[in-house]
Amino acid sequence: MGTLARQANKSSPKAVFVAEAVTKTYHMGEVEVHALRGIDLELYEGEFVVMLGPSGSGKSTLLNILGGLDVPTSGRVHYRDHDLTTYDDAVLTRYRREHVGFVFQFYNLIPSLTARENVTLVTEIARQPLNPEEALKLVRLEKRMDHFPAQLSGGEQQRVAIARAIAKRPEVLLCDEPTGALDAKTGIVVLDAINRINRELGTTTAIITHNADIAQIADRVIYLMDGSIVRMEINPHKKQPAELTW
Amino acid sequence: MKTLDKKLWRDLWHLKGQMFAIASVMAAGVASFIMFLSTLDSLEASRSLYYSEYRFPQVFASVKRAPESLKKRLAEIPGINKVDTRVITGVTIDIEDFPQPITGYITSIPDFGEPLLNNLYLKSGRLAQAGREDEIVISDAFAQAHQLKPGDSLNTIIKGLKRKQIIVGTGGSPEWIQQLRPGSMFPDYKRHGIAWMARTPLEHAYDMKGAFNNVVMTLSADANARDVIEQIDQLLAKYGGTGAYERKDHFSHRFLEEEFKQLDNLGGIFPVIFLGVAAFLLNVVITRLVGAQREQIAGLKAFGYSNLIIGLHYFKLVMLIAMLGTATGLAIGSWLARQLSELYMTLFRLPFLEFVVLPEVMIKAALVCAVAALLGTIVALRMVTRLKPAEAMRPEPPAVYGQSMIEKLGLKRLLSAPTRMIVRHLSHRPFKSLLAVLGIAMSCAIVMSGRFQEDTIAYMVNVHYNLERREDLSMLFIEPTSRSALYELQSLPGVEYAEAFRSVSVRLHNEHRSFTTSLHGMEPDSEISRLLDGRLHPVKVPAEGMIMTGYLANKLRLKPGDNVTVEVLEENQAVLQIPLVGLVEQYLGTAAYMDMAALNRALGQGHAISGAYLYIDPQQEHAIFQRLKEIPRIVGTAARRFEIENFHKVLNESMMFWVSIATVFAIVIAVGVVYNSARIILAERSRELASLRVLGFTRGEISWILLGELALLTLAAIPLGLFLGWLLCLYIASMLQNDLYRVPLILEPSTYAFAATIVIVAAAVSALAVRLRLDNLDLIAVLKTKE
Ligand SMILES: Nc1ncnc2c1ncn2[C@@H]1O[C@H](COP(=O)(O)OP(=O)(O)O)[C@@H](O)[C@H]1O
Ligand SMILES: [Mg+2]
Repeated sequence: MGTLARQANKSSPKAVFVAEAVTKTYHMGEVEVHALRGIDLELYEGEFVVMLGPSGSGKSTLLNILGGLDVPTSGRVHYRDHDLTTYDDAVLTRYRREHVGFVFQFYNLIPSLTARENVTLVTEIARQPLNPEEALKLVRLEKRMDHFPAQLSGGEQQRVAIARAIAKRPEVLLCDEPTGALDAKTGIVVLDAINRINRELGTTTAIITHNADIAQIADRVIYLMDGSIVRMEINPHKKQPAELTW
Repeated sequence: MKTLDKKLWRDLWHLKGQMFAIASVMAAGVASFIMFLSTLDSLEASRSLYYSEYRFPQVFASVKRAPESLKKRLAEIPGINKVDTRVITGVTIDIEDFPQPITGYITSIPDFGEPLLNNLYLKSGRLAQAGREDEIVISDAFAQAHQLKPGDSLNTIIKGLKRKQIIVGTGGSPEWIQQLRPGSMFPDYKRHGIAWMARTPLEHAYDMKGAFNNVVMTLSADANARDVIEQIDQLLAKYGGTGAYERKDHFSHRFLEEEFKQLDNLGGIFPVIFLGVAAFLLNVVITRLVGAQREQIAGLKAFGYSNLIIGLHYFKLVMLIAMLGTATGLAIGSWLARQLSELYMTLFRLPFLEFVVLPEVMIKAALVCAVAALLGTIVALRMVTRLKPAEAMRPEPPAVYGQSMIEKLGLKRLLSAPTRMIVRHLSHRPFKSLLAVLGIAMSCAIVMSGRFQEDTIAYMVNVHYNLERREDLSMLFIEPTSRSALYELQSLPGVEYAEAFRSVSVRLHNEHRSFTTSLHGMEPDSEISRLLDGRLHPVKVPAEGMIMTGYLANKLRLKPGDNVTVEVLEENQAVLQIPLVGLVEQYLGTAAYMDMAALNRALGQGHAISGAYLYIDPQQEHAIFQRLKEIPRIVGTAARRFEIENFHKVLNESMMFWVSIATVFAIVIAVGVVYNSARIILAERSRELASLRVLGFTRGEISWILLGELALLTLAAIPLGLFLGWLLCLYIASMLQNDLYRVPLILEPSTYAFAATIVIVAAAVSALAVRLRLDNLDLIAVLKTKE
């Protein structure tokens, strides 16, 4: 396993996440849905990972488990020295609060709060946050800080979501189809924002997508299929988002 | 957290219409709670202050005539603290320019100084004194009704002797808080007056020199009232004692107690209804809100907000609404309580109103409201905390709809697509639809409860004054009189027909139960005064045996065929055994009836009569009043016409208050439920409706989807509401069953119609408000945003 990644990072980087034999089974009445069927995975500090796979392959489930939104049915997940699988809801909540930034496909902004207030929502409960204005500047939204979500385009909303996710200076940034609801051009702006956070703040970043083109901006690409990792690749020619077309 | 609070305020503002509607329903609940209970507290506080400041006695007894020397022996009974003897007499009052008969009572006060017990509260002037024969103090109510003031004069007729008397003061006393003429339902201050004279002149006028006919006492703290009363009765028996009794049996006190009990009961039931409806509305709105904010909640959880903080966020929202409702309710309730208390002050003669809204009542109201709000939202709050952040990341799956019952029954083809949408939507969430129907139905029920009192009292008055007591005039002799008095009356010009009656104070016994009342002797073919059975058919008084109201028989656990032990409470101390042979229905009073001849025979009193009912020629009414005043043996005359008039006056003055409050409150509920239901439907379906508009449906057609659902809910609610209203009134009536009156359940068709109309209008208005929003539906925005 980890050999591929280690080759990519010659200085033998530290693993932020280590997942071992993670499975997740949903019970829908009589039917069992095996969303994850034994995942082994490591994510390293500062890495930019893209997870690719068709719809229903278990990408979101995996990301949610890494982010402490969900717990696996079996297996272990370590975040640095913490064994997330032993944590109860309250500890997971603290874990998310302190370490994880989330970006969702549907932004999940609070419509009754302005862009700035949506960010403040997170900085208020973080330990050493950026100030909201800085965070919004990072995603180039300094001019629209006092707009409500309804007054922003989809791409702008997603950038607010990114600013909100990174404002707490998380160690990991987990994005579930951040461009899923966006057109190509807007998607690139959003990816550029995420890329810049990864570069400038050194935040370990994982992006989920079913769009193979996006894989070109990653350090590493993980392919999922039917609940299993079928392939992992190091991207030898990492592109900038601006160079993408789809 | 501060930012989360911003969200709170904005959410609240966004939902302002609905929140306002819910807060209004809550306010109505809190207001009714405060209104009833604070009125009760205020009246109780006022009464208790009146009782203590003006020394209301604890034990009361009447005798025919006892020597004043007996007072000392009464005082010697262990357990008795203070004793005060008085002379009380019935009186006919004659006021210049007021031709109608006025009855009343005069109570003696000491020749000089205050009474030891039952002190007089003076509103103006001073107490009457001895030495000057003609001084009199009249009740402030009577004074007000006739615009009399100290210095004015009136005529009293005691034992046929007319005296001109000077009013020296006006006021009241704690034994006359309720100044009803015996047998009436409402006070008539114009035709029934309470007055006080100094002892010596009253003794003189009433032939009571050195004697008393009424005694009042207080007890020492450790006294056993029953034992004391037994000793008093023994002592007074020889002097025609009619049995001593405690406060709880004192007429005025008991009447107040009944009224207080009623307030307490109403203070229980109405808040429950309002707060129940409010809880339901909150449930609907907050559940909807949480559903709509599912993804926001999940997002917050993903960022590390704990369940507690997010739960608290929604809890605060609910509590803010509850606080708004409570605060408004407290303000309105206090105001209403003052109005209602003041209204009661016109029915009861309390000299002052100690208006209180007790902090504990306010706290209780706030707590009850908060608990109702919490109960209404507990499910939604649990939804919030239970929501798994990962699950909420996926959009809410489409709701599962099926064909409704109606469609399955094969009526599908009769329904258009929009109507099918309505029917499926309703049957998709049958429980919520049912609760909405229930809520609207409650408003219907509350309107009915407002009108119920009016209907039923009108009915009681009709039964009492048109079917049972059909006389033009009734009169009472000062003491049992020979039958020749009847012929005398009959021979008066203008008197068309006269009918005698006999009335005896008795205590009825059955095993350990007993009840003090009067036993009425009636003419065998009595035409003017009649007894009625349960179906209001006249019942002939049997030649032998007695009949009584079902209520009294039940109270004494008697049934027809049983023997009743009758203890006569007049000079004649006989104890008789008389069989109960039938039951009658009466809404007022608790008397027993016999054939007059049979009664007199049992008493061994020949052909005595106590009073008479007259039919008269209305042209000569005035002249007859004048003649009757001059007949010495007549102590009181009452005209049925005026009693009915008075009833309508009181009804207009007091009942209207409750009718209007109930109607307003009911409208609040109806609007609250319909408006909220409409807003929820609109919120849930605006995407759907906008899509239909995009597809080419007209405004009218999509309005039908929204308004048709409301119309269906409302129409379903009306029959249920009429039934619930009937039940609610039945419950209220069941609380109004006591010795003084039994309120039957009478609801006029007009009341049903009125309630239904109010509900339909309230529903239509609130539906219209939502319809306006529908017209402004922004098609593009609705299709773009997720909620
Ligand atoms: N809460 C859930 N209940 C039942 N099945 C679920 C749930 N979440 C995900 N699944 C199922 O698990 C599988 C993987 O889902 P997911 O991780 O969302 O896939 P992806 O994000 O790759 O599209 C799918 O078959 C999905 O239907
Ligand atoms: Mg997914």
